[in-house]
Amino acid sequence: MRPILVLALLAAGCADVWNDPYPAADRGTSVLYTAFLERPKHLDPVQSYTEDEARFTQQVYEPPLQYHYLKRPYELVPLTALEVPKPVEVEGGKFTVYTIRIQPGIRYQPHPAFVAENHALPRARVDDLRSPYDLPLGTRELTADDYIYEIKRLASPRLHSPIFGLMAEYIVGLQDFAERLKKFDTRKGDWLDLRKHRLEGVEKVDEHTYRIRVKGRYPQFAYWLAMPFFAPVPWEAERFFQQPGMAERNFTLDWWPVGTGAYMLTENDPNARMQLVRNPNFRGEAYPSEGEPGDAQEGLLADAGKAMPFVDRVVVTREKESIPYWNKFLQGYFDSSAIPSDTFDQAVRVSVDGDVGLTDEMQNKGIRLRTSVDTTILYLGVNWLDGVVGGSSERTRKLRQAIAIAIDWEEFISIFLNGRGLVSQDPLAPGIFGQRLGKDGVNPVTHEWKDGAARRRPIEEARKLLAEAGYPDGRDAKGGQPLVLYLDTVGRGPGDKPRFDWWRRQFAKLSIQLEIRDTDWNRFQEKIRKGSQQLYILGWNADYPDPENFLFLLHGAQSRMKSQGENTSNYVNAEFDALFERMKNMPNSAARQKIIDRMVDIVRRDAPWIGGFHPVSYGLAHAWMGNGKPNNMARNNIKYLRVDIDKRAALRRESNRPVLWPAALLVVCLIAGAVPAFLAYRRRERMAAR
Amino acid sequence: MIAYIIRRTLYAIPILIGINLITFALFFLVNTPDDMARMQLGQKRVTPEAMQKWKAERGYDKPLLWNDAAQGAAKASNTIFFEKSVRLFAFDFGRAEDNRDIANEIRTRMWPSLALAIPVFLVGLALNITFALGMAFFRATYLDLWGVVLCVAMMSISSLFYIIGGQYLISKLWHLVPISGYAGGLDAAKFVVLPVLVGVVSGIGAGSRWYRTLFLEEMGKDYVRTARAKGLAEPVVMFRHVLQNALIPVLTGVVVVIPLLFMGSLIAESFFGIPGLGSYTIDAIQAQDFAVVRAMVFIGSVLYIVGLLLTDVSYTLVDPRVRLN
Repeated sequence: MRPILVLALLAAGCADVWNDPYPAADRGTSVLYTAFLERPKHLDPVQSYTEDEARFTQQVYEPPLQYHYLKRPYELVPLTALEVPKPVEVEGGKFTVYTIRIQPGIRYQPHPAFVAENHALPRARVDDLRSPYDLPLGTRELTADDYIYEIKRLASPRLHSPIFGLMAEYIVGLQDFAERLKKFDTRKGDWLDLRKHRLEGVEKVDEHTYRIRVKGRYPQFAYWLAMPFFAPVPWEAERFFQQPGMAERNFTLDWWPVGTGAYMLTENDPNARMQLVRNPNFRGEAYPSEGEPGDAQEGLLADAGKAMPFVDRVVVTREKESIPYWNKFLQGYFDSSAIPSDTFDQAVRVSVDGDVGLTDEMQNKGIRLRTSVDTTILYLGVNWLDGVVGGSSERTRKLRQAIAIAIDWEEFISIFLNGRGLVSQDPLAPGIFGQRLGKDGVNPVTHEWKDGAARRRPIEEARKLLAEAGYPDGRDAKGGQPLVLYLDTVGRGPGDKPRFDWWRRQFAKLSIQLEIRDTDWNRFQEKIRKGSQQLYILGWNADYPDPENFLFLLHGAQSRMKSQGENTSNYVNAEFDALFERMKNMPNSAARQKIIDRMVDIVRRDAPWIGGFHPVSYGLAHAWMGNGKPNNMARNNIKYLRVDIDKRAALRRESNRPVLWPAALLVVCLIAGAVPAFLAYRRRERMAAR
Repeated sequence: MIAYIIRRTLYAIPILIGINLITFALFFLVNTPDDMARMQLGQKRVTPEAMQKWKAERGYDKPLLWNDAAQGAAKASNTIFFEKSVRLFAFDFGRAEDNRDIANEIRTRMWPSLALAIPVFLVGLALNITFALGMAFFRATYLDLWGVVLCVAMMSISSLFYIIGGQYLISKLWHLVPISGYAGGLDAAKFVVLPVLVGVVSGIGAGSRWYRTLFLEEMGKDYVRTARAKGLAEPVVMFRHVLQNALIPVLTGVVVVIPLLFMGSLIAESFFGIPGLGSYTIDAIQAQDFAVVRAMVFIGSVLYIVGLLLTDVSYTLVDPRVRLN
């Protein structure tokens, strides 16, 4: 133990805290500390699509638009654009044109790609590099060409853009462009210079203006302009990383982003640590001066008009296990944290009235809780092609409605989510245009409005519907066989048993036997693809805050089995589909609301989704953190955050004083333990031979 | 001896082919190329065309083991198994499914694994031998009895308990070292103290008990009785005679493990946030990254074979009676 103690002493040096995982040089500097649990797979804006990746890419890359940080409902505002482009219909509505004007004078982060000499590096020099930033750095002004280059990259045969299929349906000429590139791209080792190939639907107007031509009307296109898929990529970056030896060193555009954003990624070890450093060339975007009611009281407007970012460096550490992650947050070594499910009770107290608050331990540490309803829905889906529960017959509809009443989602949220969820009344997530709240928003099939709240209908009504469906007491009225249904789900291990038991109990209320087919994610996807599931549990996280992004999940043309679309229920309803086609291209208006109301009514009545819920995120932040506000649509939030480093240092010192008496006690115990051994040895040595 | 080493090296080739085949069969029994494509391309807006493109780029659009459509030798060679396996024997591991170079990852991650594994190995070995010698020295006394009880108790506890308990006590309650994390160079010391301590303590029970058995067996031999009869002090008997002779089985058991230290620890690296090869393997299994899984299994197999060979060679060094023919 002594050597270990000495080692610990050496490691800690003269510091007042010994368990600080960060270098002593970090102390007193403006650094934000956070963690990532899942390793990012792609940081190329054309490929990156997950939240784990967006938390890095969205600090570096700047698409033309962004979401207002404080306002709700979500509102698009310019980022590098001068204004939010207005769609202009041409040729009688055959095409829509978006003209995007970029602010002049925006400069890229310092990067070696902008130094011409770095484009012809000897192999030995590349092999010696520890980081691309070891090379001489340069910059240049952002131009419209960079945005055009990125749009062309969506179609590159060497890249996998998840939105290529969707964009090829809308951006004029993108599909042809992809096919031309595919034929041209025969020399795999060489750089594929996309500037030499013309894309019909995207044109440069001047150095800071470009135009995108979209087929027909597609109002949701503006939302895509707020995603990194449409962020600028300088051709020099592709050219630089294409050099021999770069890929072998993991120096690729997929891992080393190059952008104009508030931060630049200077350290990239997805296995251990990523580091974002303030971009010295950042133009100094102003903190918003307007927000929601209540934002001013919460201090969210205190920095209004000030130049961002407020933090110089962001250190993001890989934490694979929730226990060390949570403890490091409590010790003050992470500035904010989600609440792991196994520590929920330690952090949050829910009163009998359902009021949520922090525990005394959290309050004493000055930790603050922020909650937000995710723009996500998790639902129990029905395969519309299934002979027992699917289809539009009155019999199956009543069966689904009966089940929808019987499944007590309120109880599910209470038991399994610690109350962190809202029961869905329709397919739309809260905060999305079209969703009605209160009495008007209640699903009349499953709930009724009583005493100012939505109450689940009594189980007797479900039993009556079940009998009308031809299954009195859960048995087929004709043959007398018990009704057995099958639920496909992705299991996570033995811990799922209580959840599965709960599901069986819900169906047992109607005397329906439920067989749960627990499988892994791949097999589950395979079943969905083949349409061999009966009931299943799945979810959807919104790409953008528009009802189209939820209702398309039930559009017949999107059937997973027929067209590999996102309609995993394979639901088809001619009226719903026709309304969807009308609604999807409309601006938010009373007329659109009316159509959505009708679509929601159809879905409630048909019940292709037998209820579901919207998760509620609980986030914790230390007292030294400022300007934090949850944003489900964007992850470019770091530039808004503020850290009080003096307060953090003081609280860290206070809560991490080394406790030395156990080590001393252990040494004493070891010495005490050695005494009998020594005495026994002495006794044996003095003993006469036997 | 050189002929023996060459012969053993040649024997290793069919063994490695067999291991590669088993790994391949087990992996593709659970995962199809479609599953892999879906996992890598994400869960949203994945089209069949994108999946086909992904598979074609990586050669997963071919038959697994036998290509009926091909002619002659290409029936066997124009398959996923052949194309993915043959390069391994040249130690060309290729790229992971996330496009990162596997050889570069291994070179980088090897050092954190060694920074943890070598101290655990050396300190653990020294401590286990010392503790076992002590128990053997005090054999048939209460010290020996309670030592064995302690060993049995310690080896009955899951290693996960040691990790969580160590993190809770030493880092959370006493604030002596960081609970997890890693840094390069000398800064690594403060991060590996706790995992090394946990690794050593969790291994004491099984290690000491095993070495105690070896020492006791040695102590019952005639030459030890002769040494005592000549009037040598017990410490001299223990350290000069018993320890030296018992080191032969100890050494042979230890040498085989040495090459495998490179592979790291699967659980400890995850819990302590050490970016080593154990953690790399776990990540690859979870991400269904066949390229990495295959490379790690191959390297593990090669290292194990090397370990066995070194063990054989070490026999000749510590016991002159042994000849490798």
